[in-house]
Amino acid sequence: MRIGKLPARKARILAVRYLGAGTVTLLFLFPVYWLFMISFKTPDEIYHVPPLWIPGQIQFSNYYVLFKDGDVLAILNSLIVAGVSSGIAIVLGTLCAYSLARFGTGGENLAMWIISQRMIPPIAVVFPIFLIYVYLGLVDGYFGLILLYTAFNLPYVIWMMRGYIVDVPLELEESALVDGLNRWEVIWKVVFPMVRPGLMATSVFTFVFAWNDFLFALVLTRTEVITFPVMLTHYFGGQSNFWAKIAAMSVLGTLPIFVAVSVMQRYLVRGISLGAVKG
Amino acid sequence: MTLSASLNAAEQRRPSRFGRMLEDRLPYLIVAPAILILLLVGLFPLIYSLIVSFQRITMTENDTSFVGLLNYAELFRDTRLWASLGHTAIITAIALPLELLVGFLMAQLFIDRMPGRQIFVALLVLPTVISPIVAGATWRLMFDVRFGPIGQILSFIAGEPVRILWTVNPTYVYPAIIICEVWQWSPFMFLLLLAALSNVDQSQLEAAEIDGASYLRVLRAIVLPAIAPVIAVACLIRGLDLVRIFDIIWALTEGGPGSMTETISLYTYVQGFSQFETSYTAAISFLVIALLTLLTTLVLKRMELAR
Repeated sequence: MRIGKLPARKARILAVRYLGAGTVTLLFLFPVYWLFMISFKTPDEIYHVPPLWIPGQIQFSNYYVLFKDGDVLAILNSLIVAGVSSGIAIVLGTLCAYSLARFGTGGENLAMWIISQRMIPPIAVVFPIFLIYVYLGLVDGYFGLILLYTAFNLPYVIWMMRGYIVDVPLELEESALVDGLNRWEVIWKVVFPMVRPGLMATSVFTFVFAWNDFLFALVLTRTEVITFPVMLTHYFGGQSNFWAKIAAMSVLGTLPIFVAVSVMQRYLVRGISLGAVKG
Repeated sequence: MTLSASLNAAEQRRPSRFGRMLEDRLPYLIVAPAILILLLVGLFPLIYSLIVSFQRITMTENDTSFVGLLNYAELFRDTRLWASLGHTAIITAIALPLELLVGFLMAQLFIDRMPGRQIFVALLVLPTVISPIVAGATWRLMFDVRFGPIGQILSFIAGEPVRILWTVNPTYVYPAIIICEVWQWSPFMFLLLLAALSNVDQSQLEAAEIDGASYLRVLRAIVLPAIAPVIAVACLIRGLDLVRIFDIIWALTEGGPGSMTETISLYTYVQGFSQFETSYTAAISFLVIALLTLLTTLVLKRMELAR
């Protein structure tokens, strides 16, 4: 009799869990849905009281305006700045991490100093950096932002990649050296393929960090290389907010992140916990 | 590759002197660029800032003579500064445990395997990875008194029109910030705790179940000790982020009404970029760094003691 009852009980528990899972997911995704939905509404629908939960029809005029006015250039700027700075941080950071992992360069002290660089609150350095940038004429240019984001991401890359490189079996590298490869070739042909998944995940996170940064971009951009989060805050104004623009811009600015993170889902945990939890 | 072939290859590829030198210095050569950038963009501004904090530079004056600890003494008289530290402490003290609790409950819900779990997890992670500015903007839309759904839902529940100015009313502005913050970062806690919970020793759990131990007892005796290190790391990461909270508040309230929700990061920003109190801003920066360092060291010490 128990055997007959058990599946029914299990099915009930599973149903309850699905109900809970569905409710939680709905709750957390509702704001995202709201934003997404507003980006398709007409002005009449946006300013309708009481608020409408479903737009009358799907129309893209809110997006069209962003393209027509050239506001999407902010997205392009973000892509350039986040993309290039991540690329540089990944290359330089991985090389540095290799040295720390394999030769113990600088000992524990250097490793600790590097990670402590990440603990420095941005607000504490943004003002002196601004003053220095003004002096050097780097404000509102690609170079300044890219340099800054590279520096900002380097400790993260070094820390993560050191963890991945330590996991590569030393024998593999040694046998490659015996086979006559030099160090550069060992790094490129032996270590690189082994850490590629970790490298991809780390790249995604450095990209996301640079993409989402607001404070540095707010201070160091004016008109030329405005990035997407700064652009978004320009639509807020006193009593009336340009909600159509806010919503459409937010969706455009979230799309790249969403794609990148979906692809890298497997590595999320290790990536966001600074490797403290092996996911 | 056979042994003789590889020896042959090694013979042919004997590096030039220059190549050998490159290889000998390699450990330092490949560390150098990264460290150089970190020194340039990380350390140099800090040193510059430290010097400035002992001077008296404002928007109108460019007085580079040293005034000792004058700016630091000023910190103690600055009531708005201590108020902003208080605001930061309130937000951190409420949001952090809430995020941990919500994240833990979510992890409990998803810990057992169920078909489609990956899809739920992928969707739930979304709030954490979007830009905090987008999160703040989204909740500003949600909270809007006329066109937002929250007022509508509350009115429906109450059966009468509820008009709450979430981002302006002093009573509701903190709940608004904390709701937004908890919404964005509970999934982060969820993700870490889910990973930690799935690493808990299953045989121990089964043994406890056979012994008929209650859920709470299993939680206290087995589960919590096992995931404690992850909880500590998660709280450290989130705690540091919360202390420097800036973006969400900028998007939601801009520190208002008045300076009611002004956090230490916002206050520092105002001093630097609206008041242009260069030297004083530098002094505040070092106060922030000192506080954060103290906090981190204390937490890390406790973590080590617990281990």
